[in-house]
Amino acid sequence: MMSSNTNFLLSIEDLTVSFDGFKAVDGLNLYVGKNELRVIIGPNGAGKTTVLDMVCGKTRPTGGSIKFRNRELVGMAEHQIVRAGVGRKFQTPSIYENLTVFENLEVSFPRGRSVMGCLAFESTPDVVERIHKVAEDIFLKEHLDIEGAFLSHGQKQWLEIGMLLMQEPELLMLDEPVAGMSAAEREQTAELLKRVCKDRCIIIIEHDMEFVSRIAHQVTVLHLGKILCEGTMSEIQNNPKVIEVYLGH
Amino acid sequence: MNKVYTRIFAGRVGTLNLAVVAVLLFALLPATLDIFRLNLVGKYLTFGFVSLGLVWLWGKGGVLSLGQGVFFGLGGYCMAMFLKLEASDPITTKIQSTPGIPDFMDWNQMTALPAFWIPFKSLPFSLIAVVVLPTLVAFILGVAMFKRRVGGVYFGVITQAIALILSLGIDGNQGYTGGRNGITDLKFLHGWDIRTQHAQYVLYFITCSLLLLMILASQWLLSGKMGKMLLAMRDREDRVRFSGYDVSAFKIFTFCLAAALSGIGGALFVLQVGFISPSLVGIVPSIEMVIFAAVGGKTSLYGAIYGTLIVNSGKSLFSESFPQLWLFLMGGLFIAVVVLFPNGIAGICDTIRKKISNRKKTAPSSVAGKDKRESVMLGELSAPALKGEK
Amino acid sequence: MFGYTWSELSSIFVMQSFSGFSLFSVLLLMALGLAIIFGQMGVVNLAHGEFMALGAYTVYLCSEIVHKHIPALAPYYFIVAIVAAFFAAGLVGLFVEWSLIRFLYKRPLDTLLATWGLSLIMQQAFRSIFGAREVTPTLPDWLMGSFKPSATIDIPINGVFVMGLTLLLTFGVWLFMFRSRTGLQMRATVQNRVMSGAVGINTKLVDRFTFSLGCGIAGVAGAAFTTIGSTGPDSGSRYIVDTFLVVVFGGTASLLGTVASAFGIAQSQSILEFFLKGTMGKVSVLTLIVIVLMIRPKGLFASKVRS
Repeated sequence: MMSSNTNFLLSIEDLTVSFDGFKAVDGLNLYVGKNELRVIIGPNGAGKTTVLDMVCGKTRPTGGSIKFRNRELVGMAEHQIVRAGVGRKFQTPSIYENLTVFENLEVSFPRGRSVMGCLAFESTPDVVERIHKVAEDIFLKEHLDIEGAFLSHGQKQWLEIGMLLMQEPELLMLDEPVAGMSAAEREQTAELLKRVCKDRCIIIIEHDMEFVSRIAHQVTVLHLGKILCEGTMSEIQNNPKVIEVYLGH
Repeated sequence: MNKVYTRIFAGRVGTLNLAVVAVLLFALLPATLDIFRLNLVGKYLTFGFVSLGLVWLWGKGGVLSLGQGVFFGLGGYCMAMFLKLEASDPITTKIQSTPGIPDFMDWNQMTALPAFWIPFKSLPFSLIAVVVLPTLVAFILGVAMFKRRVGGVYFGVITQAIALILSLGIDGNQGYTGGRNGITDLKFLHGWDIRTQHAQYVLYFITCSLLLLMILASQWLLSGKMGKMLLAMRDREDRVRFSGYDVSAFKIFTFCLAAALSGIGGALFVLQVGFISPSLVGIVPSIEMVIFAAVGGKTSLYGAIYGTLIVNSGKSLFSESFPQLWLFLMGGLFIAVVVLFPNGIAGICDTIRKKISNRKKTAPSSVAGKDKRESVMLGELSAPALKGEK
Repeated sequence: MFGYTWSELSSIFVMQSFSGFSLFSVLLLMALGLAIIFGQMGVVNLAHGEFMALGAYTVYLCSEIVHKHIPALAPYYFIVAIVAAFFAAGLVGLFVEWSLIRFLYKRPLDTLLATWGLSLIMQQAFRSIFGAREVTPTLPDWLMGSFKPSATIDIPINGVFVMGLTLLLTFGVWLFMFRSRTGLQMRATVQNRVMSGAVGINTKLVDRFTFSLGCGIAGVAGAAFTTIGSTGPDSGSRYIVDTFLVVVFGGTASLLGTVASAFGIAQSQSILEFFLKGTMGKVSVLTLIVIVLMIRPKGLFASKVRS
């Protein structure tokens, strides 16, 4: 397998993982460029979440390589991958329920990440300013002093996206960011994502086709751990293989 | 100045807490108890250091160690080795077949001081070792376990096994460690007789001051980002990791801190009680130390003091008069704290305080909510509630 | 080697490994019960040793009653006593699950502390009822004596009996867990509680039964224990750490792992105990286990699954 350097931001080559013999992801190749907004769709069990898990270091692949800015991510610890510039949002909103919105964002600010740095950390004006900026982006400016636990489901999703934005990642991976959101919230989220993808690359897993068609540049369809096809939304929707996978035999 | 006040003394309620504890330890107890009882309190307070460490490790860090006796013992043995060497000068020990070595070595037919004892002839070395050795051991264990994500009950079981190993190991090497009897007959600290009443008073006050100092230092550390980080870690460890933090480093930090505190406690124990033995290292003392922290409230810094004092006083009281009843009571205490009062005395005080403040005024809900959270974070005990408790 | 001749050394090996077999039996029986409770339910039962002691005391009681009132049955009582030990420990286990454990299922660290409290209470109860002194049931004659295959080797019959009992019970547990419908329900509940409830398994009942079964097996371990040692209030607590290490070392999900690790730990402990003085044999074995667990925290027989 050739594993030369590429111009892609993220290049996944021959990625495989098996759990006790079951291949959840099987020889996957995926390339994502800078400033691209890529959506991954696929039926349940296609291996979408597992791919993200492997990129961010949560699951260790059985074989293959994941290169981010031509740097191998396989084998790095989760926090090192984050520090390299990869952010990950989970399927269920994963925020700190006992901290306020402000503190949630403050803790996500990429400074004072070592134990000693943490002890010496001070919330300087630039930190506060950035928190306010991000809070405005994620529509939570009015709720800075509210504890995470008291936010609505949609607000929690936004907060988690905000926490990722605090880290200024070059690659943002979002697992079902609009799940459980109202129609109005979906619209706001689409607008938010369009705004933030200007200076970074985003990978999104999503089931909601209407939402996908509104935001996607490129769509990748996964099926049984392999790529079924890639293309624009309209190409995908007219692809007979995709129709068969989704509608069944 | 204002910042120092909020960060170190934790604001008005924190200052009140400090005042109540200070009055209790520095005035009330010394004024009412004879030196024998006061020395006993001083001994209990050395366990308070372990409880304080457990508040950090278990309450704040979310990791329960059942082997804190190991670090208490290491600190204690470091101190005791120095004192024993001072008590074993060639003139005092001239009737031994090898004068100049500790008596138990002589009884075990040893003819020279083992190499690892030699540095403990130096007081500065011993004092440094009291803190550094437990920290180092905790660091090694912490790296080995937390880097591999060993946590929860596994960590508990393994630390318990380590406590068993150390206590059996000390027990089995009488010539090197004094064996089951431990290191006894400790008399002088650099020429100062630690057995006199005067020395016991001095050591008591040193213990109290150090303990309060450690609490204030803890408050300072926890009031900054560290407190939020630990709360976040208990809340959602995965998220912390994916915010770019090395979670294991923070766990190692709290484990080392808890070990260092326990080591200091152990050294102060030896100075006040005059001996150390494996019976303070093993499984039973280690898990009892957990209950001290649990009774006080596992997230409450001041609770560590109250929990330690109450359980130990209860133990002395009952095991003197009704030894049979004590184990039932102790067992019941473990169950009650876990099932009925998971936040211990601090939790009870919090509830009482909330009821009182709710009756007094109906404060705006957002302010009350913020207030509640702060008090949970800093583990404050309110002064009026405390008086009700006593 | 250590000043022994080769024939002496081989005799020592055979006899020590036989005393290792007795330790193996007790450890394995204890670990079987614990593996069910800890491995299947995630409950850390630090009072497990006391359930073993309970079984041992039950055998003692049976022995006393039979020898006082119906001495004619003395040769046979031991078999009945084993069954009684199982049910006594199992019933107390049932009560403990109902009154304490069921409140703590989602708080594993708290079960640790609560069951430690329980163990203190049970120990003191034993002390109050049976006294602080160790007791020994009168064993039937057929359990006494030993084989002498050679002049220097001496194999006690009770050891062989306990060994047989252990193997029988291990096989029984395996059959039950992997071949019976109730065993299937137990395993299903562990893997997915909500789903098991949805397909009609009474998960609360399964929990209660599982815990009580684990305790019952500890009771049998106690019965086995009476043949090789005398029973005191703290007999059980002496084995609790070893037992936990056996379960963790073997990998909590694997029955074969439990058997293998009980065997390895018991054998190395009893052989090392002969060559190293005092407690150092135990210390070295425990240290070795802890080091291995630090390198392989999931134990020796763990499988890889999606996290």
